[in-house]
Amino acid sequence: MTAARSSARRGAAALWGAVGILAVVVLWEGYKFLGPAEGVTIGAVEGETGSGVMILPRTHDRAMPHLIDMVTRLFQSTSGGDTPPLIVPVITAALTTLGIAAVGWLIGVAVGALLGALMQRWRLVEWGLLPWIVVSQTVPLIAFAPVMNSIGLQIDRDVMPWPQWLSVAVIASYLAFFPVAVGMLRGLEAPDRIHVDLMRSYAAGYWPTLLRLRLPAAVPHLLPALRLAAANAVLGAVVAEVSIGMRGGIGRMLIQLAGQASSDPAAPWGPTFGSIALGLIAAGSVALVGLGLKNYRRGEAAA
Amino acid sequence: MRHSTRRGLAAIAAAAATALTLAACTTAETDTTDSGEFEPITEVSLQLQWLPQAQFAGYYVALDQGYFEEEGFDSVSIVPSGGDIVPQDALVAGDVDFAIAWVPKVLGTLEATGVELTNIAQVFQKSGTLQVSWADSGIASVADFEDKRIGSWGFGNEWEIFAAMADEGLDSTSVSITTQDFSMNALLDRDVDAAQAMTYNEWAQILEVVNPDTGELYQPEDFNVVSYEDTAGAMLQDAIWADTERLEDPAYADAAVRFLKAVTKGWIFARDNPEEAAAITYDAAINAEAAFPVGPTHQLWQMNEVNKLIWAGGDFGLVDAAAWDKTVTGALAAVNQDGLNLITTEPAASAYSNVYIQQALDALAEEGVVVGGDYTPLDVLLTEGGQ
Repeated sequence: MTAARSSARRGAAALWGAVGILAVVVLWEGYKFLGPAEGVTIGAVEGETGSGVMILPRTHDRAMPHLIDMVTRLFQSTSGGDTPPLIVPVITAALTTLGIAAVGWLIGVAVGALLGALMQRWRLVEWGLLPWIVVSQTVPLIAFAPVMNSIGLQIDRDVMPWPQWLSVAVIASYLAFFPVAVGMLRGLEAPDRIHVDLMRSYAAGYWPTLLRLRLPAAVPHLLPALRLAAANAVLGAVVAEVSIGMRGGIGRMLIQLAGQASSDPAAPWGPTFGSIALGLIAAGSVALVGLGLKNYRRGEAAA
Repeated sequence: MRHSTRRGLAAIAAAAATALTLAACTTAETDTTDSGEFEPITEVSLQLQWLPQAQFAGYYVALDQGYFEEEGFDSVSIVPSGGDIVPQDALVAGDVDFAIAWVPKVLGTLEATGVELTNIAQVFQKSGTLQVSWADSGIASVADFEDKRIGSWGFGNEWEIFAAMADEGLDSTSVSITTQDFSMNALLDRDVDAAQAMTYNEWAQILEVVNPDTGELYQPEDFNVVSYEDTAGAMLQDAIWADTERLEDPAYADAAVRFLKAVTKGWIFARDNPEEAAAITYDAAINAEAAFPVGPTHQLWQMNEVNKLIWAGGDFGLVDAAAWDKTVTGALAAVNQDGLNLITTEPAASAYSNVYIQQALDALAEEGVVVGGDYTPLDVLLTEGGQ
């Protein structure tokens, strides 16, 4: 690939990105302009509040603030008085959550990779473990989070210092390990029979086969799993910090500002933009991992 | 052979039993030796039931003004909620030493789990819950709820509604109860006929919204307000709870009294200097707590309304037996939309005690602090968005 072609490609990508954002702006403002202020409800009974089903959302300023108001709000004082512009706490809160999600992601990837490798090594472990791994993901996070918080507080009291953010990171890792474990198992089992037989004919043991054949072959399965894990870790961190009341993160900020949505409707959109940026940064960082491994990325499985 | 094995097992069991009894004896012994002399507790934590805001001004003022230090505490941590933290559960779990919670919610927990907690100070003497409807809705009293859609937050905030309805012979078959979020949009968008609001928070929030028809803020005349304080459903709200079993420990009981002394001083300061107290709380919220409270005028409104609930004529923090009984009666009568009762039997006598707050008040009176008195309300002018 020549330099000129690659930079043209990059330009096109940037253009498409801009078009995407513009499309969202046009859709939002277009619907706000055209749609009825009170939305469209079908089957409403006269005099019976809350009857019927709303099929088109309301468009008035409390329900859908103008995008320009949301952006302006970012540069106005957060809570009145001398508080800094909203964008400052949004950025610090997003970075806090990103850091916790990153720790959660690392724990999740380590645990998931280990479980995947164990399951591939011993069929018995796969039979015993895989159903539990699947079942683990059906436990609702909001049920699991307070339990984890309580365990964390007990450890902090009796065993060793355990900051609250670590509980959040563990909860995030609980969501993150799953795609990695499954992706790792799939990936390590991906090499063709003929390649495994070749390694065996070289009298290569488990470890050389793992390092030279199975791990490289697992890369196309692992990268999408790592991306899913990043998305899950961010989601887990946001939900967990809301659920256990950890201060400083973007989820809690969102919840607090949402309580003021009647009198200050543009405010909750600040942290909403923050969490969107957070997800993009998380997914983008994992894409960087992929760059280093591009020699192994033939025939990558779709995420 | 088998016989000897069995005998061996029996011996082991006996040894284990002796060991356990001995262990029990030793712990009992240490308990009794503690009762004479104790090491004063210097670190305590208080679990709030919501985000930092002027509703909890007294505690933040006590922290800011050094009242806790004056009572011998080196460190007092105030733990906000606002997530899924249930104050009484945090107290039962031992995560905190004291907790702020509404009386009906704790009564429900006490009956459901069988734990024992004691209300050691009734901070709010009156209920601050409202049901707000549009002026044209014709909802002037609880009786008018019939066939209407009534909003409530749930999470134990709904029991006053059900108790008031039960008194009017209404239940969830004749009134549609629906969950509302913590903004007032459900009422403003007419998704509900009447929305739940606290005098000190959500009611102000509606009045901080611009009426699109006039271009001015909504005015109180635009709405009908049912105050649960005036109904049979009125229940006691913010109270300070302690672990009943731990109160046997003289060190904890002593800490409770000292804690209440500091808190009482904090609330007296908030009564006499509402502007300053609101500012202290607002500063604590935005700085120390990294929270996002509604702006300063909203906090002053809240401080003003909270003071009205606290200073109802009597001394600070004493549980009024009549109000307690009314709360229990309401709690026994209330049936929610799932057909469940909040409680089915009277709470244990240990559920409240005026012993500790009385000790605190007496000690303060000796120090020359006037612990009772009235509050002179301010006129707070709300602004758009509370800022």
